[in-house]
Amino acid sequence: MSLRFSVLRKPLIHGDKSLAQVTDDVARPLETGPTTLWWSAFIISVAVLILGVVAVTYEIMTGIGTWGLNKTVGWAFDITNFVFWVGIGHAGTLISAILFLFRQRWRTSINRSAEAMTIFAVMCAGIFPLIHLGRPWLFFWIAPYPNLRGSLWVNFRSPLLWDFFAISTYFTISLVFWYIGLIPDMATLRDRATTKIKKVVYRLMSFGWTGSMRTWHRYEVVYLLLAALATPLVLSVHSIVSMDFATSVIPGWHSTIFPPYFVAGAVFSGFAMVLTLMIIARKVLRYEEYITIDHIEKMCKIVLVTGGIVALSYGIEMFMAWYSVNEYERFVFLNRALGPYAWAFWIMVACNVAIPQLLWIKKLRRSLVTVFIISIFINIGMWFERFVIIVTSLHRDFLPSSWVMYKPTIIEIATLAGSFGLFFTLFLLFARFIPFIAIGEVKGVLNYGRNAGKSVSLSTKTD
Amino acid sequence: MDRPLIIGVFTNEHDIVGAVKETRASGYNIYDVYTPYAVHGLDEAMGLKPSRLTYVCFLFALLGLATAIVTQFWIGSIDWPLNVGGKPFNSLPAYLPVAFELTVLFGGLGVVFVMLFRSKLFPGKKERSIHPRVTDDRFVLVLEVSDAVTDENIVRSLWENYSVEEVSRMEEMA
Repeated sequence: MSLRFSVLRKPLIHGDKSLAQVTDDVARPLETGPTTLWWSAFIISVAVLILGVVAVTYEIMTGIGTWGLNKTVGWAFDITNFVFWVGIGHAGTLISAILFLFRQRWRTSINRSAEAMTIFAVMCAGIFPLIHLGRPWLFFWIAPYPNLRGSLWVNFRSPLLWDFFAISTYFTISLVFWYIGLIPDMATLRDRATTKIKKVVYRLMSFGWTGSMRTWHRYEVVYLLLAALATPLVLSVHSIVSMDFATSVIPGWHSTIFPPYFVAGAVFSGFAMVLTLMIIARKVLRYEEYITIDHIEKMCKIVLVTGGIVALSYGIEMFMAWYSVNEYERFVFLNRALGPYAWAFWIMVACNVAIPQLLWIKKLRRSLVTVFIISIFINIGMWFERFVIIVTSLHRDFLPSSWVMYKPTIIEIATLAGSFGLFFTLFLLFARFIPFIAIGEVKGVLNYGRNAGKSVSLSTKTD
Repeated sequence: MDRPLIIGVFTNEHDIVGAVKETRASGYNIYDVYTPYAVHGLDEAMGLKPSRLTYVCFLFALLGLATAIVTQFWIGSIDWPLNVGGKPFNSLPAYLPVAFELTVLFGGLGVVFVMLFRSKLFPGKKERSIHPRVTDDRFVLVLEVSDAVTDENIVRSLWENYSVEEVSRMEEMA
C-alpha cells in the first residue's frame, strides 16, 4: 500500500472543491442567462462575420480578380490565412492528445476549450482554399470519386490533394475526439436539466450515457487510442501543409526543414491563441480556480520551447541559404530581410523571436497582463511569418521584369476579419452552450496534490 | 436483467474501489459500478478484462491503409495512368501521405463506432438511470440478487466499512 499523494505536488484545481461543486461551477454559465458582456462580444463577432460573408459573396460572384493577386504573386493573403488558422488548431490537439500521452494531468482544465478552438480554427482554415478555387461549388472535384469525366481521377502526387486528405481527416478526428470527451458531461447536464427542452436536447447528445464502469472502461481505451492516433496526425497535418511549399522549386520554399519548422510554428502560434482565449475566459467565466496561474505558466513554457525551435529554424534557413551557395536562395533571404518587405520580416522576428524571450522570467510568466500582451504579439508575429514566407518568395521571381509588389485589397482584409468573426462567434456559442471545462476529467484529478490523510479512506488507495 | 438489484451508494472514489475489491473478495459477482468519472484502478478492482478494442482499432487502421494503397495504385497505374513529370506510375512515396491519413481516419472512426455499438450508446437513447446523482458526485455499486445474495442486509455490513451512504433494493431499473 503506497500513497499516491506527495507533499511536493501542488493541487491542480484550487479552492478545495467537492465533486458536486465542480459540476455546479462548470454548469453555472450554461444555466444562467447570457451576460451583457457575452451579448456585446457576440454582437461584435457576428457583425465582423457578416462583413466577411459579404466580402466572400462579392468575391465569389465577381471572381478572384477582386483580390490583389497578379501573375507573379499567385498565392498571398488567402494561403497565409489558411496556414495561420491550421496552425492555431494545433495547440488544441497537442493539449488533448500529446499531453494526455505524456500524462500531463493539468491539461484537464483546458483540453475541452482548446479542442473546441482547434475545430473552429480548422473550419476557418478550410474556407480559404475553398474560396480560392474560384468556383467553390465544384469543390467536390478534389475527391477521388468515379465520375462522368473519364473517370478522370485526382492527382495523388500533388501536395494540394494530400492537404485535402490531411485537413479533412484532422477535422473529422478532432471533432470525434472532442465529442467523445463531451458525452459524459452531456449526461451530467441531462441529469440536472430543469426544463423539458434542455432534457430532450441533452438526452439526444448524451447517447444514453449512464456512467457504467463497463462503458467507462471501453471509453478510456478509445480515448487513449484516439490520442495515440491524433498525435502523429497533428504532426502530419502541418507537415503536409508545409509540403505545399516544400515540394515546389521556389527558392525560399524548397527546403527540407519545412515540415518540423511548420509544426513547431503551429504549436507556438496555437498556444499563443490558447493563452489569449484562456486569460479572458477564466476571468469572464470565473474559472480562476480551474485554470490557474500554474496552467498559464506551464503553457508559457511550451511557448518558450516551441518559440525556440522556430527561432532556430529561422537561423538554419538563413544559414542554409548562405551555405548552399545557391544564388537564388541567397537572394530570396537577403530580399526578405532587406528588401521591400523587410518591415514584415522584422515584425516577424520581433514578435516571434525577441518578445517571447521575456517568458524566461518567472515573474512575467505569472503575470496575466504580460502573458496576454505577449500572446497577442505572437499571434501577430506568426501571421506575418506565413505572409513573409509566401509573399517574399514569390514577388521577385527569376525574371526581374516581372518583379511586382503585392498589396491586399479591402476584400481580402474583410475576408480575414470575417474569419476572426466566425471563430469568435463559434467560440462564444461554445462557451454558452457546452461545458467549457471537461467536468468528468477534472473530477478525476481533483485529489491530485491534496493533502494526504485528510480522510481515513485515503489510506486504502493503492497504486 | 430480470432479477432485482441491490445497490450501494458511496461518496468517494477510494470507498468505491475498496468496496468493490472487498465485495469481490467475498465471492459476490458485481453486476456493474456507476461513477461520475473514470475512476483509476476501478476496472482492475472489478476484474474487467482488458478491452479488445485495441485490436478493432488496429484492424480498421489496416483496412484504411489497404484501401488507400490499393485505390491509389489502381487509379495511378491501371485505370488511368497519368504521366506526371515523367515519374513512374506506381510512385509509392507519393502515396504515403494519403495512406497515412486514411489509416488514421479508418482506425479512429472504426474504433469509435464499435465502442458506441458495443456499449449500446446512440443519439437520443433513453438512459437507464441507477441513481440521479451518479453523473454528479455519487458512486454506485450494483449487485444482482442471486443465490449468494438474497437481500441487501447480507452486503450492508461489508459496505459499512466503506461508509456506504445508502443500501437499497431495486426491483427494476428505471
